[in-house]
Amino acid sequence: MYLYNLTLQRPTGILAAIYGNFSGGKVQEIVVARGKVLDLVRPDENGKLQTILSVEIFGAIRSLAQFRLTGAQKDYIVVGSDSGRIVILDYNKEKNVFDKIHQETYGKSGCRRIVPGQYLAIDPKGRAVMIGACEKQKLVYVLNRDTAARLTISSPLEAHKSHTVTYSICGVDCGFDNPIFASIELDYSEADQDSTGQAASEAQKNLTFYELDLGLNHVSRKWSEQVDNGANMLVTVPGGGDGPSGVLVCAENFVIYKNQGHPDVRAVIPRRADLPAERGVLIVSAATHKQKSMFFFLLQTEYGDIFKVTLEHDNDRVTELKIKYFDTIPVSAAMCVLKSGFLFAASEFGNHALYQFQAIGEEEDVEASSMTLMETEEGFQPVFFQPRGLKNLVRIDQLESLMPIMDMKVNNLFEEETPQIFTLCGRGPRSSLRILRTGLAISEMAVSQLPGVPSAVWTVKKNVNDEFDAYIVVSFANATLVLSIGETVEEVSDSGFLDTTPSLAVSLIGDDSLMQVHPNGIRHIREDGRINEWRTPGKRTIVKVGSNRLQVVIALSGGELVYFVVDLTGNLKEVEKHEMSGDVACLDIAPVPEGRQRSRFLAVGSYDNTIRILSLDPDDCMQILSVQSVSSAPESLLFLEVQASVGGEDGADHPASLFLNAGLQNGVLFRTMVDMVTGQLSDSRSRFLGLRAPKLFSIVVRGRRAMLCLSSRPWLGYIHQGHFLLTPLSYETLEFAASFSSDQCAEGVVAVAGDALRVFTIERLGETFNETVVPLRYTPRKFVLHPKRKLLVMIESDQGAFTAEEREAAKKECFEAAGMGENGNANNEQMENGGEDEDKDDPLSDEQYGYPKAESDKWVSCIRVLDPRTSTTTCLLELQDNEAAFSICTVNFHDKEYGTLLAVGTAKGLQFWPKRSLAAGFIHIYRFKDDGKTLELLHKTQVEGVPLALCQFQGRLLAGIGPVLRLYDLGKKRLLRKCENKLFPNTIVNIHTYRDRIYVGDIQESFHFCKYRRDENQLYIFADDCVPRWVTASLHIDFDTVAGADKFGNIYFVRLPQDVSDEIEEDPTGGKIKWEQGKLNGAPNKVEEIVQYHIGDVVTSLQKASLIPGGGECIIYGTVMGCLGALLPFTSRDDVDFFSHLEMYMRQEHPPLCGRDHMAFRSAYFPVKDVIDGDLCEQFPTLPMDLQRKIADELDRTPGEILKKLEEVRNKIV
Amino acid sequence: MQASDRFNINSQLEHLQAKYVGTGHADLNRFEWAVNIQRDSYASYVGHYPVLAYFAIAENESIGRERYNFMQKMLLPCGLPPEREDD
Repeated sequence: MYLYNLTLQRPTGILAAIYGNFSGGKVQEIVVARGKVLDLVRPDENGKLQTILSVEIFGAIRSLAQFRLTGAQKDYIVVGSDSGRIVILDYNKEKNVFDKIHQETYGKSGCRRIVPGQYLAIDPKGRAVMIGACEKQKLVYVLNRDTAARLTISSPLEAHKSHTVTYSICGVDCGFDNPIFASIELDYSEADQDSTGQAASEAQKNLTFYELDLGLNHVSRKWSEQVDNGANMLVTVPGGGDGPSGVLVCAENFVIYKNQGHPDVRAVIPRRADLPAERGVLIVSAATHKQKSMFFFLLQTEYGDIFKVTLEHDNDRVTELKIKYFDTIPVSAAMCVLKSGFLFAASEFGNHALYQFQAIGEEEDVEASSMTLMETEEGFQPVFFQPRGLKNLVRIDQLESLMPIMDMKVNNLFEEETPQIFTLCGRGPRSSLRILRTGLAISEMAVSQLPGVPSAVWTVKKNVNDEFDAYIVVSFANATLVLSIGETVEEVSDSGFLDTTPSLAVSLIGDDSLMQVHPNGIRHIREDGRINEWRTPGKRTIVKVGSNRLQVVIALSGGELVYFVVDLTGNLKEVEKHEMSGDVACLDIAPVPEGRQRSRFLAVGSYDNTIRILSLDPDDCMQILSVQSVSSAPESLLFLEVQASVGGEDGADHPASLFLNAGLQNGVLFRTMVDMVTGQLSDSRSRFLGLRAPKLFSIVVRGRRAMLCLSSRPWLGYIHQGHFLLTPLSYETLEFAASFSSDQCAEGVVAVAGDALRVFTIERLGETFNETVVPLRYTPRKFVLHPKRKLLVMIESDQGAFTAEEREAAKKECFEAAGMGENGNANNEQMENGGEDEDKDDPLSDEQYGYPKAESDKWVSCIRVLDPRTSTTTCLLELQDNEAAFSICTVNFHDKEYGTLLAVGTAKGLQFWPKRSLAAGFIHIYRFKDDGKTLELLHKTQVEGVPLALCQFQGRLLAGIGPVLRLYDLGKKRLLRKCENKLFPNTIVNIHTYRDRIYVGDIQESFHFCKYRRDENQLYIFADDCVPRWVTASLHIDFDTVAGADKFGNIYFVRLPQDVSDEIEEDPTGGKIKWEQGKLNGAPNKVEEIVQYHIGDVVTSLQKASLIPGGGECIIYGTVMGCLGALLPFTSRDDVDFFSHLEMYMRQEHPPLCGRDHMAFRSAYFPVKDVIDGDLCEQFPTLPMDLQRKIADELDRTPGEILKKLEEVRNKIV
Repeated sequence: MQASDRFNINSQLEHLQAKYVGTGHADLNRFEWAVNIQRDSYASYVGHYPVLAYFAIAENESIGRERYNFMQKMLLPCGLPPEREDD
């Protein structure tokens, strides 16, 4: 089996973000690392975050930093990754790519203990960079300019210290003196030797300054001093005239200012009043804002509270450090304060957000200061505060993030054309069920009912130079309605259009006149109101029209074509007639090329399944230039012109070209390239779009021509980052559409469907999925589909949280307290805001502030029945007494008394530290009531461990409880044990069954294949895997094959060899005798690994599904970082050969951006086997043209053919 | 030190042990071995962000806290060392 891996949704979580001017100039940009993807994001003028560039780097990004050489206008990006190399990137604005400026190897690849890459620090003046590892190694590279002003990098200078763990490093701002780097270090050498534990208890973290002597080209330890043992992070303090220099040491509960030769200035971090006493407060992310006159820091704690830290200083003496409560936003992995007054917060889990500053925390608020620091016998006196609504920030945009995907299922519950992907995302109060549909999101602007059922709609401008459309013209079966576009859209009768007849086409002709084509003629309305009518000869009627701004061709019934042009005086002049052999099915004229008087091509589709290209040149007018036969009669034709591009933000380098698109009656879209000179057709592609013949319309998307195809659902064909994408829109079936541009909506679409007129815009181009979000209460764990009722049943559990009642009570108490305190204030505020403040309804939404922390042995959990069609929860059962649900399945017991039942595995009082322990485990059995909408507990059965896996098997229930696999039957009061096997190595985490086989996944030891012998009532293991895999997800593929994913980011398939499988099936004892003599401390048979692939992300769910109608099944996976991908099995050997060669050439010619070897990355834990990386192959169009040709030559193909292949295989998946 | 000494197996080993933390030797005891494995594991967890996130979800802590905890555990990953049997 060969598989093709393709990422459908790039990772959406963010682990690091830096901010600067990467394209040069004044534009504020953010570079974010999403695990294996590097993105450039820019807030546009409306404050919407736009992803400008997104590059898959085939490695793990661990740290990012930006620097600027003195006097330069532009920032460079330094990437610390698992490649064992330091990589410096430059964003190339013209080509819209990251250019690799330098790549220096310093160590082995992989995320290792002593290989740098974990930490990066930059000298604030951009003269040096330090790259550090978790332990021992730190390297300093000197950055400089050569005579041609190019960036140079030196050989590395070592700043190693053995037996030393590094917690954080940062640059120290010391102006133009020698660069200094600070680091928090801990020496463990003595603690490792001393068995009394004294050395360990005395182990002390140190803050060490390393000085790079630029003259001597040498790094020395300059200064080292003890620092609080809770220290975890360093933040650079501005210096060199802008501030006092030195560093802020963020420690558990404290922020300390430190500098060489300066006494410590320490202040406590205020605590939330409801925080349990044993919990500390740790800073997890920081951002610095620096202006000429002032600077401040924003530090975020692990609970989401942001504090503004300011330093009172007199030159380089710091007199006071103040920590003031600023605002609370969801916990972020990285924050950036933009110079334009925005705060970008990359959330750890859930959507990322862009906030605008309303204020910078100048108002009174809870504040801790170094001056008021009180030391008592129990330590420093804490300062308390109560989180409140946002005062200083206001959220203006979000970036969606699926991180983490906890569980995922693909099913067509809504009975749409394509299945929906149901994902459980997020954590704690920010959890959600997200329903993903393939296609672009639509935002509907208006829907208005029309008096009849319209057949067509057009929009026209009054003048070529107008920015906006003037009229919407709607045609009915026997009338035409004209709506004028202004402040409002209303019907007009003075437009000159004939309203007593249906229309065939309405458009702008010449510079400023309008044309209406109706069955009996052409009505030409001049700007001054004069009307010219051309009438059809005899009783013939016009059936089809094709036009551009200067040319019109009509087809009369019977198959005659009449060609008109607009002459210099603006009149429509008949030029030529041409008799076709039969009726014309459709026709289109290419748009007038820039600087030309006419277009050369007319395309005519006929019912004899052909499309002809006719010339419109005066010399060879109506000559047939080429003929293309197609699989079915064409219904609609459209020429789409692609402008030449030299790269830049909207695409890769490609020459201008003209495409002819045809919607065929069998629902296929046929697309072929037209030679701009000869009119010859080449490079044709077809794709099935839906059950109806696609109608094609030209619209404008991001200022470029794009194609709207209306089949049984609408599709949009457009160019995005160099790729032509044909993507469905998530919208209902439309009849007819036109582009729409008005004051309120610059790039919209007006369409008719049924008896309604709809105006909508298309959002978030380039995305594969659009999502519908249903919020949940706690971290979702698993869910099942109720097979008959189309309901979802899910379990949610959170550790260390209070129950709903406790939270409610605490909240009430807190409001009462707050209300008393600032009664006057609150009222005033409300008056000022006109009482419109929405936050007042729920001033402390858990989504924003998180759940208050409880002791770690407290659990909250619930079971929810959700109707996805209405997004409503029909039943929600909160579990009591620290019980938490971990597994769920539906089961039909064979006595069928109750029908389908729900089994939920729970644990009470589960604790992981210091040792895994629990009070009790239970299996609950629920029965569905009210058409499955509610649950009723039948009984619960106590078990000895956590039932982490449940599965139905032959009318009974299989449960994996720790290392025990047990078969239960339903009893009246409890479940009855029928059979068990205790021989599993660790903990069973998932169970699949097929016929009489049971496939069991162990948390640490991969899969075990078991059999149940009914006559002997025995469960036994007959085969297992010889590789220790930490299974996180599993999927049953066929009788002998199981797919799994492990904790280290690998996907693998194991298969029982055919002969072993046959032997076991034929053996009357079912291989039982052999089982008694196991091999390698395990079962007698071993499964073989047939597929192995490193994803680079923890896969949490695997599903088998086909995402397009009629497409082959592929395996869909979801990951912790919020990435969705697919593995498609190849069906032909030729394709395997082609793609493995393409992959090989891509590896050679286009090595990954951040220096990781592609093959080594995909083989990070086990050698890659039989999987071809589609993500690498899809980078082919981004290569320069000559490289594309070179690779294509090696493969004996043209670049166009390779692109076609790539498009084909993608179209098989999504 | 003679030139040939540089190539004998002992000095090569010493060189490796100095350069790469965790290179074993003949007298390595169980505790030292375990300490090394644990430190490598923690460093790997900290380096692989998705794994860190996975732990963070399991323990319902923030990712930053989880990273800090793992780094703290680098000090005594296997508890106190056993008492030395004096030789």
